[in-house]
Amino acid sequence: MKFERYGIGIAKGMALTFKHLFRYPLTVQYPEEKLVVSRRIRGNELVWYPDKCTGCATCAKSCPQGNIEIATHAAKDNKYVVDKFEVDTGRCMFCGLCVESCPYEALAMGYAYECAQYRRGDLVLKKETIQISDARKPSGYYRPKIEEALPKQTLLVYWDKEREEGGQKLNFLGLSKKRGRGV
Amino acid sequence: MTLLEEFGLWLKTLNWPEWAAYVVPALLGIVVVLGFVLALVIIFIWFERRLLARFQVRLGPNRLGPEGIFQPLATGLKVLLKEDIVPAKADKVVHWLAPIVVFAPILLIFAVVPLGQRAIFADLNVGVVYVVAISSISAVGIYMAGWGSNNKYALLGAMRSIAQLVSYEMPIVLSLIGVVLMAGSLSMTKIVEAQAIPFILLQPLGFAIFFLGALAEMNRSPFDLLEADSEIVAGFHTEYSGMKFAMFYMGEFGHAVTYCCIIATLFLGGWQGPLLPPIIWLLIKVFALYFVMIWIRATMPRLRVDQLMGFAWKALFPMAVVNLFVVAAEVLWLQTITPWVIVGINFVLAVFLVLMWSRLFTLGGGRVEV
Amino acid sequence: MAIKTEPFILNMGPQHPSTHGVFRMRVTLDGEVIVGLEPIIGYLHRGIEKLAEGRTYIQNMPFTDRLDYVTSMTNNLAYAMAVEKLAGIKVPERAEYFRVVIAEMMRISSHLMGVGFFLNDLGAMMTPVLYMWREREKVVDLFEMLCGQRLTYNYMRFGGVSQDVPEEFWPALKRFVAEMPKFIDEYEQLLSLNEILLARTKGVGILPSDMAVNIGASGPVLRASGVKWDLRRADPYSIYDRFDFDVPVGSVGDCYDRYMVKIEEMRQSVRILEQAIAQFPAKGELCANVPLLLRPPVGEVYGRIEAPKGELGFYLVSDNSIAPYRFHVRTPELINLTALREMTIGWKVADLIIIFGSIDICMGEIDR
Repeated sequence: MKFERYGIGIAKGMALTFKHLFRYPLTVQYPEEKLVVSRRIRGNELVWYPDKCTGCATCAKSCPQGNIEIATHAAKDNKYVVDKFEVDTGRCMFCGLCVESCPYEALAMGYAYECAQYRRGDLVLKKETIQISDARKPSGYYRPKIEEALPKQTLLVYWDKEREEGGQKLNFLGLSKKRGRGV
Repeated sequence: MTLLEEFGLWLKTLNWPEWAAYVVPALLGIVVVLGFVLALVIIFIWFERRLLARFQVRLGPNRLGPEGIFQPLATGLKVLLKEDIVPAKADKVVHWLAPIVVFAPILLIFAVVPLGQRAIFADLNVGVVYVVAISSISAVGIYMAGWGSNNKYALLGAMRSIAQLVSYEMPIVLSLIGVVLMAGSLSMTKIVEAQAIPFILLQPLGFAIFFLGALAEMNRSPFDLLEADSEIVAGFHTEYSGMKFAMFYMGEFGHAVTYCCIIATLFLGGWQGPLLPPIIWLLIKVFALYFVMIWIRATMPRLRVDQLMGFAWKALFPMAVVNLFVVAAEVLWLQTITPWVIVGINFVLAVFLVLMWSRLFTLGGGRVEV
Repeated sequence: MAIKTEPFILNMGPQHPSTHGVFRMRVTLDGEVIVGLEPIIGYLHRGIEKLAEGRTYIQNMPFTDRLDYVTSMTNNLAYAMAVEKLAGIKVPERAEYFRVVIAEMMRISSHLMGVGFFLNDLGAMMTPVLYMWREREKVVDLFEMLCGQRLTYNYMRFGGVSQDVPEEFWPALKRFVAEMPKFIDEYEQLLSLNEILLARTKGVGILPSDMAVNIGASGPVLRASGVKWDLRRADPYSIYDRFDFDVPVGSVGDCYDRYMVKIEEMRQSVRILEQAIAQFPAKGELCANVPLLLRPPVGEVYGRIEAPKGELGFYLVSDNSIAPYRFHVRTPELINLTALREMTIGWKVADLIIIFGSIDICMGEIDR
């Protein structure tokens, strides 16, 4: 491209900016519109299956920081009973090495990402709260069977397809129909 | 005979005392002008934030009120409630006075802007001189803000500001004289009435020079190195918080309102227009100019200090002088020809001058041997 | 009587809107001209190299994410390749192709961010940043589909990658690659010929080619100075010798050349991506069989790759235990940054910010 001095470059740039006035804005109005996250999301919590766990503590050994704390005692016929299974999600960096290393598929990453608490002590997940339940869904990271059941992710690459088809087409004017408090 | 003077005369026929018939229309005029200006400032803040966001493929603020129209109000409330911090070794009087010196001239200029056929606060017959004089006071305020803050970043910003604001006064004044010559008078109402064809067509080069000079006087992109966020944190208003910062913030938008109104009056024909009431035409022109200013801000990077000064003194100033001579020659000798010939001559001259001056544009200079 | 001026020291401190991260500079100014510069680093030091000596090889993988957190996959890749060299692990072919695809996507994403913030430092008010981040969002979405996170991926393993590719990855990637050249042309139209940009960046902050080679610079900084050195061609690793691409080289070594080299490299990355997608083997393993507690034989290795910012190398010493004896990272940005003083003396404060932005640093890597 030849360099010409008298303002053509500026005019081309301004024409491009003007063209962008007519494109869809990319803002997702968060509490009212939420995008579907990836099926393998390493969300902000862990999910434990107590019936599959044998208390081998492989996950605790493979954590780079030592966030998992397990205490067991021996019961009859050579099995362990897990007394304490605590994960400190305040220190955890959600790398997923514990989930990868579990040989019995008893641990999974969580699907939720809105896990803020008011006190730092509440971030430690104890044995009762970390179990799988309706409120605590697992994600499909390193667990293909769970992954198949989850909905597909919305991708920005499909910016002209509706939300139901996996796209991220947003409203041109951005008028929010359901206006929440926004806090 | 402005509307306020007629109102005063009518009050005198109702046997009001002399002083009351003078003071009451004046107070009414002040209230109307201040209300107009401050309302426009708030609307400009909203307009800029939403439009700049649409240029950048995002939505602007849209949570407070329908489509975010209460956002400027919330901003104002927030800065009112913040703590007013004064640096320890700052020059207290200068530091306190600077925001007022920056903000007050904006309100004063609107005394001579015609909002309609005879709706003007004071019909001075030296309106243009008044505008130029009052708009230079803000420069002093910016320098006071930078000096009185006891902060090296603010001082850098203040030094740059003096250089920039003073140098861009010259091309502005010269292009204004071109307008005055063509209109034949210094009074703002007579300039508006003399624009059968708007002066933007009759003097395109004068309009371009005045527009760029006004962008520089307002510290807007691409000349916004006074408050360059990426370089000197916030320039001259680094150390201000609370209501004083709000005065600077509103002062910036107030300058935009002022210069848009002045350009609309002097170059675009003011309140003239076919069907709608005159105030609506003035607002349409002001918002169109502001749209162009926001468009420029969204696109262009900023100039460096020495390039800015070079642009003012080596490019704008000589072109303004040439423009002045040509306009003077046209007024003197081509008085009786139809104006469209003058339009043609001036357009050709503008294109020729821009092409010739762009040959002076060199790259890569600026390094000083240390 | 001559007017006396006095130079003063300005501290562009760790908290500044334009130092990319916590970088501190003590600048001696004479008016607006820079006469001296002293960089002070260490505000983000986390002790990764020492922490790594107490953890197994696989537990160090998430730590390498946090080195240059913008190009997290590339750091993982470099570490994985170094350990594979040390332990003699062979990577299956499908995994090699996939690593190339990921590395080139990461290069596009990193250059988008670098160019975007360079233009932001120039004063273009976040508009180029938001346009470029729209494309970067597409790349990050695809990575989220692969491994679940958007910034620190932890995806590479010794001998391949950690999980298989879902089948909706390929149509999305093909669409991204098809649309990308048009967007790169748009970025060039926005600002490459802009007179203000040219006036501010041409001839500014020149790094002569002999000085660049002497300080050991690498990546776009070296190539913009005129030295044609790209590790993918000079010392080919993985399967880069099967792809056909050019290495863009600048001529002068000023900020404009560094900017143009990055934009051209994005175009070449798109070319490599197209070829890799076309040649991708449909069947094969995605990871070799490597034990969890890896014990490499005694020895030392230096494994390097062409990261988007330069030559990223890992120096590992092993004594046949489960943790490395010594773990050292050769980061490109720290080495590139040593020329900052020579590049900026004589220019003004405004130029300092641009020159610094054109080197494109990320403090996580410099401080480790």
